[in-house]
Order: sequence, then structure tokens, then C-alpha cells
Amino acid sequence: MPYTALDYWNLVLLLILVATALAMYFIKDLLHAVIVFGAYSVTMALVWLQMNSPDLAITEAAAGIGMTVLMMAVIFRTTRREE
Amino acid sequence: MRDFILKRAAALILPFIFVYGIYVILHGAVSPGGSFAGGIIVGLSFVAFATIYGIEKGKAKLPEQVLVWTESYGTLWYGLMGMVGLGRGVPFLANKLAGVDLGTPGTLASGGLIPLIGLGVGIRVASTIVTLFFTMMEEES
Repeated sequence: MPYTALDYWNLVLLLILVATALAMYFIKDLLHAVIVFGAYSVTMALVWLQMNSPDLAITEAAAGIGMTVLMMAVIFRTTRREE
Repeated sequence: MRDFILKRAAALILPFIFVYGIYVILHGAVSPGGSFAGGIIVGLSFVAFATIYGIEKGKAKLPEQVLVWTESYGTLWYGLMGMVGLGRGVPFLANKLAGVDLGTPGTLASGGLIPLIGLGVGIRVASTIVTLFFTMMEEES
């Protein structure tokens, strides 16, 4: 079965997903890691959309990008940023 | 974080984010999204307001008493909507069994009790988000 353009688009999305997940592990500055987690959530929302579940995509966009990133950024006001 | 351009841009954008959150809550029965996602969007509009304009103005906009009331009565509203089923002699949170008119499928008013339940959950989630944010900002000082 030949690959369609959609398959390559999914491949790009999944590669970005793996790259951001690995980057979060290796980045030392925790605020930068949280920002990369925002990029991970955007990609994950697009992946959910590719899997025909726009409901989860909206929840991922709202909870993953908005709430988690903002709450973690607020936490760094009290704790240290370096790992 | 207190500069002019950010404040003016937020004043333009934040009302639309708030109304979009209400839209997602009320259309939860027929379209993607729902009360949880919509509640987070509504809560984040207030959180962004408090972040940009200062925590004091945010607390003036939503006092602690209002947060306590919306959080408690949102949950109570969910329970009351569930009690409708019990009052009609059918299980808790029953919708069609309780004799609620479901309307035409696909239209906005086709969820029975679900949009009403979602309204309570959305209000509760929004006030929880704002309460979490205010609590964490207080820990710092």
C-alpha cells in the first residue's frame, strides 16, 4: 500500500512528539522544559485530531497548553528553576 | 509584565476568550469540547487577566467569597440535576428515563439535562482553576 501525504504528516507529528519528549528530559532549566511541554501539547492536540477525536484535542489544548504550563510557571516563583 | 501593549492586547482578546469558553460549555452536548474544557478556558481568561493586570485587580474582579459560592453551588447544582431522576423513580442522573424531552437530534437543545449539568460543572471547574492560581500566588509572598 503506497504512503499518502497524510501518513507523512502523521510521521512528522510523531517525530516532533518524540523530539519534544526527549528534550524535556535533557533540558536543565525547568522553565524552558515547561515551555517545551507546551510545544508537546500542541503536537499532541494535532495527533488527537488526526485520530478523529476533536473532543480530546480541545481538552488537550486547554488543559495541556493553558493550565499545566501556566500553573508550572507560577510554581517557579517559589521554587528554584534549575534541576 | 506590566507594559502598555500587553494590557491593550489583553483587553481586546480576553472577553472573546471568556465568551468562547461559555460557548464550549453550552455546546458540550452537540459539539467537541464540553464542560471541563470550557470551564478551563473560562478560568484561564480570569487567570490571564490577573497575571497581566496584577493580582490585586484580579482579586477585585473575583473576590474569594464569589469563588467559594460558585465552587460549592456548582457542585450542588450537579447533585440537584441528578436528583431529578431519583424524584421520578428512576436511577440517579437519568436523562431520557426521567421523561425529559430530548428534542431533535443534532440541534442545540437535544441533550435533555446534559447542558444544565454541564453548566454546573463548567462553573465549578472555572472557579477551581482561579482558586488554585490565587492560592499559589499567595504562597510566594
